[in-house]
Amino acid sequence: MRRLLDIAMPLLVALLVLGGWEWAVAHWQVPVYVLPAPSAIARALADNFLSLMTSLLSTLTVTVEAFLAASVLGITTAIAFSQSRLLERTLYPYAVILQVTPVVAIAPLILIWVGFERINLALTIIATIVAFFPILAGATLGLKSADFNLTDLARLYGASRAQILWRIRLPTALPYLLSGMKTAGGLALIGAVVAEFVAGSGTATGLAWRIVESGNRLEIATLFAALALLAATGIVIFAALSLLEWALLRRWHESAISRQS
Amino acid sequence: MIALSGVGKRFANGVEALRDLSFTMGAGEFVSLLGPSGCGKSTALRLVAGLLAPDSGKILMPEGKPEIGFVFQEPTLMPWADALTNARLPLDLKNLPRGEANDKAAAALARVGLKGFERAYPRELSGGMKMRVSIARALAAGPKLLLLDEPFAALDEITRNALGDDLLRLWREDQLTVLFVTHSVSESSYLSQRVLVMTPRPGHVKADIALPAGRDSRLSPQTIESQRLISQALNEAGALRVARSDSVRASDQKRNPA
Repeated sequence: MRRLLDIAMPLLVALLVLGGWEWAVAHWQVPVYVLPAPSAIARALADNFLSLMTSLLSTLTVTVEAFLAASVLGITTAIAFSQSRLLERTLYPYAVILQVTPVVAIAPLILIWVGFERINLALTIIATIVAFFPILAGATLGLKSADFNLTDLARLYGASRAQILWRIRLPTALPYLLSGMKTAGGLALIGAVVAEFVAGSGTATGLAWRIVESGNRLEIATLFAALALLAATGIVIFAALSLLEWALLRRWHESAISRQS
Repeated sequence: MIALSGVGKRFANGVEALRDLSFTMGAGEFVSLLGPSGCGKSTALRLVAGLLAPDSGKILMPEGKPEIGFVFQEPTLMPWADALTNARLPLDLKNLPRGEANDKAAAALARVGLKGFERAYPRELSGGMKMRVSIARALAAGPKLLLLDEPFAALDEITRNALGDDLLRLWREDQLTVLFVTHSVSESSYLSQRVLVMTPRPGHVKADIALPAGRDSRLSPQTIESQRLISQALNEAGALRVARSDSVRASDQKRNPA
């Protein structure tokens, strides 16, 4: 029953908003270049389906690659930090600097350095920078959260550092890491979009570029269609990572267990 | 034989946990280390386990460092692993073949009365059962020396008594040497052969009481008499006086069991 409500209520709100929107546009005769009706957006989506899907694929590829790169980099860096306090103290400030510097400000540099002939690589690097920090932060905190008594016990049985890392620290870090990855998934998409905006005309072919292009041509319905696809992509990424989290934690972690009353 | 002589330990925060701690234990003995909270009992246990190094004094262990089983006050299980995997941890760390390790861990679980719970996760078990898994883990590697750090302190009395009886049975069956840290007079009077009474911090052994035979039940006259002896020694060690003046700081000491 509660599950049904969880799905039905947001859906009902969506229907109400879309219906009201459709009605308002028709009633006040809002010009299509200001605010197209949902039906017009759906038509634009259908008319440009193939080209929009190609754009979606382009943005999605950058997003997924950036997310995977950020995950690998974030986890390996966190593992390196967990093995050496000195390394962590030395490098963590730079990770923070990377995080707090607006990526829009670094993006032009990266585009120049990587070169416009390798635009997708440049976009991926920019999106990776955006997605990297939450994974590093989550994994670093998680690896540090291992029960001291448990690691002491392992040492008592002659465990090597690698064994303690593999058997105790990494499983302890998993919930923290997954939480960071959930944030990073959304950020990778944002990073990809921002990177496309900065890359500008003629080079990028993703959804963000379609938004810029449609705006310039006053094809507002197509702009909305691209926007809707971006939002849907974000939701799918979040849902997929939530599913992964649930699958990995459902047997043991409090966050994934529904309390029996 | 295990012998500590003149052992001292001071922590980085300046707290002197132990000063001139000396005692000996023979093979197969069941010895309780009793004292007020914060007297350095846990520190002493960690020193014997080799998890800490003493600042001064000597710790003599038997030839060829015996296999040690360690049980903490908390069950200290891996929440992501089932009971069998938890009990198997020492064997996994020694890279025993999986099949052999599974058999030994399952046998250890059966010995503490957890047959049929191999696939249960810690969150599905009661506090007493979690502690049993913890004891099974300590037994899995076939230890000669069992070190227990107030293992039953967080349990209710009924569970505590049942686990105490199980511990006695395991001690007899395996001819273990047991060092049992506790702040419970009744527990030490029933379980152990000898009680070492410690002073408040910086801790050292104030009295070494060999308990009389015939303590077959918790209520036998010999057990009651032992409790009187231990309480008296505890009193003479200044434990009660300090406990009274320290009650304000009790929560602080709980967090810092040095």
